[in-house]
Amino acid sequence: MTDIILRTINLTKRYKNRLAVDHLNIEVRRGEIFGFLGPNGAGKSTTIRMILHLIFPTEGDVEIFGASMKEAGHRALERVGAVVEKPAFYGHLSALRNMEILGGLQKPVTRPRIMNYLERVGLTDRASDPVKTYSHGMNQRLGLALILLKEPQLIILDEPTTGLDPQGMKEVRELILELSRERGVTVLLSSHLLYEVEMIATQMAIIHHGKLRVGGSVQDLLKKGPSEVLIKTDRPAEAMQFLKTNESYRSARIHSDGGINVELDQDRIPELNRQLVNAGFNVNALVPQRSLENYFLNLIEGHEGADNP
Amino acid sequence: MIHLIWFEMIKTFTRWRTYIGFIAFGIIVPMVVIGLKLGGQNSFKRSLLSLLQNDFIIGGNVLNGWFFGFFFMGALWVHVPIVLTIVAGDQIAGEGNAGTFRFLLTHSVSRTRIIAAKFIVTLIYTAVMVLFIGGLTIGLSLWAFGGGDLLVIRKGILVIQETRLPYLFLMAYGLATLAMFVVSSLCFLFSAFTDNPIGPIIATMAVIIVSIIIISLPFDLFQSVRPYLFVNYFDAWQKVFDDPVPWDIIRMNIIILAGFMITFFLAAVVYFSRKDILS
Repeated sequence: MTDIILRTINLTKRYKNRLAVDHLNIEVRRGEIFGFLGPNGAGKSTTIRMILHLIFPTEGDVEIFGASMKEAGHRALERVGAVVEKPAFYGHLSALRNMEILGGLQKPVTRPRIMNYLERVGLTDRASDPVKTYSHGMNQRLGLALILLKEPQLIILDEPTTGLDPQGMKEVRELILELSRERGVTVLLSSHLLYEVEMIATQMAIIHHGKLRVGGSVQDLLKKGPSEVLIKTDRPAEAMQFLKTNESYRSARIHSDGGINVELDQDRIPELNRQLVNAGFNVNALVPQRSLENYFLNLIEGHEGADNP
Repeated sequence: MIHLIWFEMIKTFTRWRTYIGFIAFGIIVPMVVIGLKLGGQNSFKRSLLSLLQNDFIIGGNVLNGWFFGFFFMGALWVHVPIVLTIVAGDQIAGEGNAGTFRFLLTHSVSRTRIIAAKFIVTLIYTAVMVLFIGGLTIGLSLWAFGGGDLLVIRKGILVIQETRLPYLFLMAYGLATLAMFVVSSLCFLFSAFTDNPIGPIIATMAVIIVSIIIISLPFDLFQSVRPYLFVNYFDAWQKVFDDPVPWDIIRMNIIILAGFMITFFLAAVVYFSRKDILS
């Protein structure tokens, strides 16, 4: 049995003269949390809609659990649960009714099961209220409950934390991690929030102008290129002078918040700390600045230049 | 499939807009009946007498409940499509507008089955609406004006015995329901083209109005296209009150109306099955 749960093969979507997705090839393996990144308009949602049979590709195919979407069509989605963009429900119906209808399309679901999942996302008290009275966050949680009800093996989430408050975002992240760890569910997570992907994804792909720019493990991608460290000391000006005397820290510069930024591989942070302490500085913090955000922005900016000469 | 139809029934019959037509006709029909009872009936009597009294001796209760039931049928069939399109136009476009297709179509259920379930519920709503109007008009008319034989003035004057009337009205409403199925099917097709539920309503009414104008104008060009317009067969229900009843023509009208309905449905299925869901 193949380990690849989802594969796009030269997936392409053209709208008249605009190429929204250009021969995209990605693979998502069993148990992965796959971050699908890209700026707004990069082609993420179009790709996800093609994977979910909402949009028909101009060219290429999608394979889910080994089944070709071209051949199997909607049947390929049997073990897939998805929330695409903002969850939308029948506003005049209650959460319970919405779950009965949208969760019972393939096979009927019982009310105790529905209540169980509504409890899981904290909506039991509002289960009988019309969904039109729900906040955006509650709609997101209802969308997640609907996915859980289906007990899928592959979950596809398109910008799942958009519009949520910090607590709500944290809860969604924890839920994704829990599903991955405890149930072995594979997750494809589309987001433009890089830190979100950085926090939970194991693999990722970056798409821009419809093309795959880079893909691989998040840890590997984080190691690529130079990284920075933010130093917080009691005497930044003197620390700055001290660092400039060392050839390794020539790139040091004062940060706007009073800290010092220096280009440095993360495995050399302990050495930097030791040198500062030995020189008599109180080191309040050493914060690695290397993140997907920098990497992502560098990558996108680089390609902006390449795409628009 | 049954559970898909049941879900569509829940969605449709729990919306208040579904009841706009019932409320509208539930107010208009009793108002007209009361108006007729409070004097309007006399103007009918004067018109009828001026038309017939030189040649016929009129006796008995001619302006009875059956007569006004027949009158309502003729007067209302142009207005019924307006209320039908409110629901039919929303069936597909409403889901697109709300964004609910993003959940509905990401399951292992074919679009054809979902569309078929929606179409069946649209037909159920249409039948319920037409039969509600029929029951209300005939029921109220009989209650207000009593029974009697029906005087039909169509290709001559015909008096139909009261004992045959329930059966004939049932057949007439069956044919009227089929004609309204075609209207709902057309609106359903337009609903597949857009995510705006208002568009199908306007488009359907535009088609009906233009078609009625075409079949009403006595120009050769317009008359030659008449057989291809579905509104040409809207008055099929009236034929059951002819003597003898032209069964062959009625059968042909049923086939043509059913053909229009199936064509519109299949066109909706074909289009929607390949439609990109962008909403």
